[in-house]
Amino acid sequence: MSREGKVNRRLQRQRLRKIPWTVFMTLVYASFYIPVMVMILFSFNDAKRNYSWMGFTTHWYPKLFSFGNHDLWEALVYSLIIAVLATVISVVIGVLGGIGLKKYEFHGKKFINMMLFIPIVVPEIVMAVSMLIIFMVIGVKLGLATIVIGHCTFCIPYAVIVIKGRITGDNETLQEASMDLGATKLQTFIKVTIPSIMPGIMSAAFLSFTLSIDDVIISNMLAGASQSTLPVLILSVNRTGITPDINALTTVMVIVMLFGMAIMNVLQRIHKKREAASLAESDERIRAARLAAEEYN
Amino acid sequence: MKKTIVALKGVDKWYGNNHVVKNLNLEVAEGEFLTLLGPSGCGKTTTLRMIAGFEDASAGRIEVQGESVDEKEPYQRDVNTVFQSYSLFPHMNVFDNIAYGPRIKKVPKEQIERDVEEMLRLVQMTGYEKRKPDALSGGQKQRIAIARALINNPRVLLLDEPLGALDLKLRKQMQIELKRLQRKLGITFIYVTHDQEEAMSMSDRIAVMKDGVILQLDKPTEIYNRPNCRFVADFIGESNILSGVVTLAEDDLLTVQTQSGTVKTKGAGFEKGEEIDISVRTESLSCSAEPTEEFCIKAKIRDFTNMGTVTKTSLILPDGKEIRMSTFEQDPNLSEGQEVYVSWKPEKSTPIHRDKKEAESCQ
Amino acid sequence: MSVVTGRAKKGNRLPMLAQAGPVSLWMIVFVTLPMLFIIFISFMSRGTFGGVEYTPSMESYETMMEITYFHVITKSIGVAAETTIACLLVGYPFAYYIARKPADVASRLITLLMIPFWTNSLMRLNAWMLIFQTNGPVNNFLVNVNLIEKPITFIFTDGLVLLGLITNYLPFAVLPMYSSIEKLEKPVLEASADLGANPRQTLLKVTLPLTIPGIFSAIILTFIPALGTYVITDMLGGGKVLYIGNIIKNQFGTIRNWPLGAALSVLLLAITALMLFLYSRFAKVEDMEVV
Repeated sequence: MSREGKVNRRLQRQRLRKIPWTVFMTLVYASFYIPVMVMILFSFNDAKRNYSWMGFTTHWYPKLFSFGNHDLWEALVYSLIIAVLATVISVVIGVLGGIGLKKYEFHGKKFINMMLFIPIVVPEIVMAVSMLIIFMVIGVKLGLATIVIGHCTFCIPYAVIVIKGRITGDNETLQEASMDLGATKLQTFIKVTIPSIMPGIMSAAFLSFTLSIDDVIISNMLAGASQSTLPVLILSVNRTGITPDINALTTVMVIVMLFGMAIMNVLQRIHKKREAASLAESDERIRAARLAAEEYN
Repeated sequence: MKKTIVALKGVDKWYGNNHVVKNLNLEVAEGEFLTLLGPSGCGKTTTLRMIAGFEDASAGRIEVQGESVDEKEPYQRDVNTVFQSYSLFPHMNVFDNIAYGPRIKKVPKEQIERDVEEMLRLVQMTGYEKRKPDALSGGQKQRIAIARALINNPRVLLLDEPLGALDLKLRKQMQIELKRLQRKLGITFIYVTHDQEEAMSMSDRIAVMKDGVILQLDKPTEIYNRPNCRFVADFIGESNILSGVVTLAEDDLLTVQTQSGTVKTKGAGFEKGEEIDISVRTESLSCSAEPTEEFCIKAKIRDFTNMGTVTKTSLILPDGKEIRMSTFEQDPNLSEGQEVYVSWKPEKSTPIHRDKKEAESCQ
Repeated sequence: MSVVTGRAKKGNRLPMLAQAGPVSLWMIVFVTLPMLFIIFISFMSRGTFGGVEYTPSMESYETMMEITYFHVITKSIGVAAETTIACLLVGYPFAYYIARKPADVASRLITLLMIPFWTNSLMRLNAWMLIFQTNGPVNNFLVNVNLIEKPITFIFTDGLVLLGLITNYLPFAVLPMYSSIEKLEKPVLEASADLGANPRQTLLKVTLPLTIPGIFSAIILTFIPALGTYVITDMLGGGKVLYIGNIIKNQFGTIRNWPLGAALSVLLLAITALMLFLYSRFAKVEDMEVV
């Protein structure tokens, strides 16, 4: 009995020590989630512009989906087009580059690796103005293409790093095995290299897309007089006050994102279940084979 | 009997529904070299970690020097650990690593310097003070880890497979060194390993563990010569196990009827009609072309394998079972496929109870 | 076959070119050249009607040292430093807590940290404005519990800007520190406890020194972006107070003094280079955790 008491005291001490931690963690997480919740809440605000809470209404949602909100949708579509283009280009170049930079030694490789670090660590405004000057001096017209190029320039380094992180010694052995079994370099690349880094490719794509769709500075500086992306539009509207329909739009985007994550989760679970089932089945077969072997002996 | 320094009383450990250590009772004497030996997952490392304080026992009591340590945190316990992965602090050089414990205890600087130097001499690493762990070989790292633990003058040193990551030759050498060190310092060592040879060569006593239970706790020679259950017989050294029924029990000499013939063994506490297993070490077997007097069973030589110092002969009994014999030299009179007669000295074999549950019979 | 690694066989450089070529070309054209060009421009003179006149001059660097600009620079550095310190003080224990959890719980906590950052960042900043409005929830609460008599003006203050900066950059501080704490081997910490160090001593003598690379990554990934931002300061500071980012942006917008904007950019580049140099004293820059 005395021991039980002692252990309980030790446990109690541990529990007491946990309280400040729990409070701290909750506060930090709250600081991340409260803004999101407030943003969603104010999509139901019965006011022309979001300054303070004027009462509950749902009418911003039907209004959002009516034709009155042409600007907002145009900005969103423009943002999506840019994000998709930037993601595709960045992933292709990033995947090839990640593999190539890991695999081959060539003159200037160190330099390229250093250049890849620059867009990540240098302030975005510096990236933006340096590209802006080049485009202006060469006389490139600012617009969709320049924004996509700008986005790719900071997405590619992330894609390369994610892919490089995925390639381990294992992948190289796999490639050797593939070629040993008679596959050409191209076949090996398509059938072995790419599938073995697929999770990395997915996360590189996800990262590129989220970076691009939320970017303000480069989109703002390289847009010229053309159409604004959604974040740039929000930044300019901010001067006169954000309208609740923008909150409604971003809320819809949050819901779409959560929905997408849920689907991914379900798919993963189904995949795991299937693997578990096939594992159980193979276990059964192994056991049967072992029994047969024992009987034979 | 020497004073008990570490005592585990009815210790249990559960991980969720997993019962990894079951009602463990163990007393370790002062100055003893005790080894917890068993296959992976037998609970030996968990037991060690409970003594060190990294894990809490789910039930029972652990005492060091007669005092319960259940309420003490690892840093409050008078035991030190040598980890399998060495766990040297990578950001500190050898000197700082060894000085870590004394510095925490605020030992005066000059004293620390003297102690570290002595420890380095003890583990034969003098002159390595300024090296970083990265620049050391596996064996050197382990010496430093041992020095780092010993400088604190622990009452008990816990060693968790300390030689597991070393190559065979170095491991053999370190075994001898560790044993000498323990003798010299007179510190109690509790040593965890899955390597039976290592356990045999170093320990004063061995506790053979399986599934969270100590099957047999005894001197190495006793464990080797008198295994008390099939598992121990099988796990320690190389044994042949034959099953049969006792047909005659005179004093301690048992006559046993097996499927391959009648054999003899020696052991107390067995009755006529009892089903038993007999464990015979491979080196206790002998075979000849002619039948021997006392008893023998027929067998056919399958093949020979030269292992360097010994030759293993694989024999097939009439019931199809394979047994192995090891000899220093291959008998030139024997050849593959030959029919031979196998026998052993009854006292060189061990009868093992079968009817009772293994765990019970082994306690 | 040793074809896979090392230098490509002579005559068959195609796979190498196809893989490493595009990324190298892209980086040279859109990173190296623009960077070199902006350094070049910073040493040119300002055109009469804006833009650049290609005559060498130190004019923009001199302008930069004028008291008004110098003040902006020091203020920006100060705010970025405050942001960084706050992110470290909050982020380290936060990362530490997550890293000590079992792997599955930790990965869930990290996802929970990332989710809000996949929503629109400007709208999140705007939400802080709404929360701290003169008649917003925080002021209402403080008035109702009689802590204050009249609502406090939070919006467009340095304090709110700082809050926005901290909440925006905290994950970038947490992630590298988390991964370096998570990489710590448990037995090393156990060894410390085994040798008599209590948790506080273990933290100071083992955990902190071993996670310095993570801490330094966190510093780089919060300090430098915070130094260059103009969006957060515009959204929460109402554009009243100017920071380096605002000034640079304005040189390429209404004011059209490119060399000055370039010189300020070069200043930021120099600070970045300095930080990376300091980092390289502690750890390999290539190993820096940035994602």
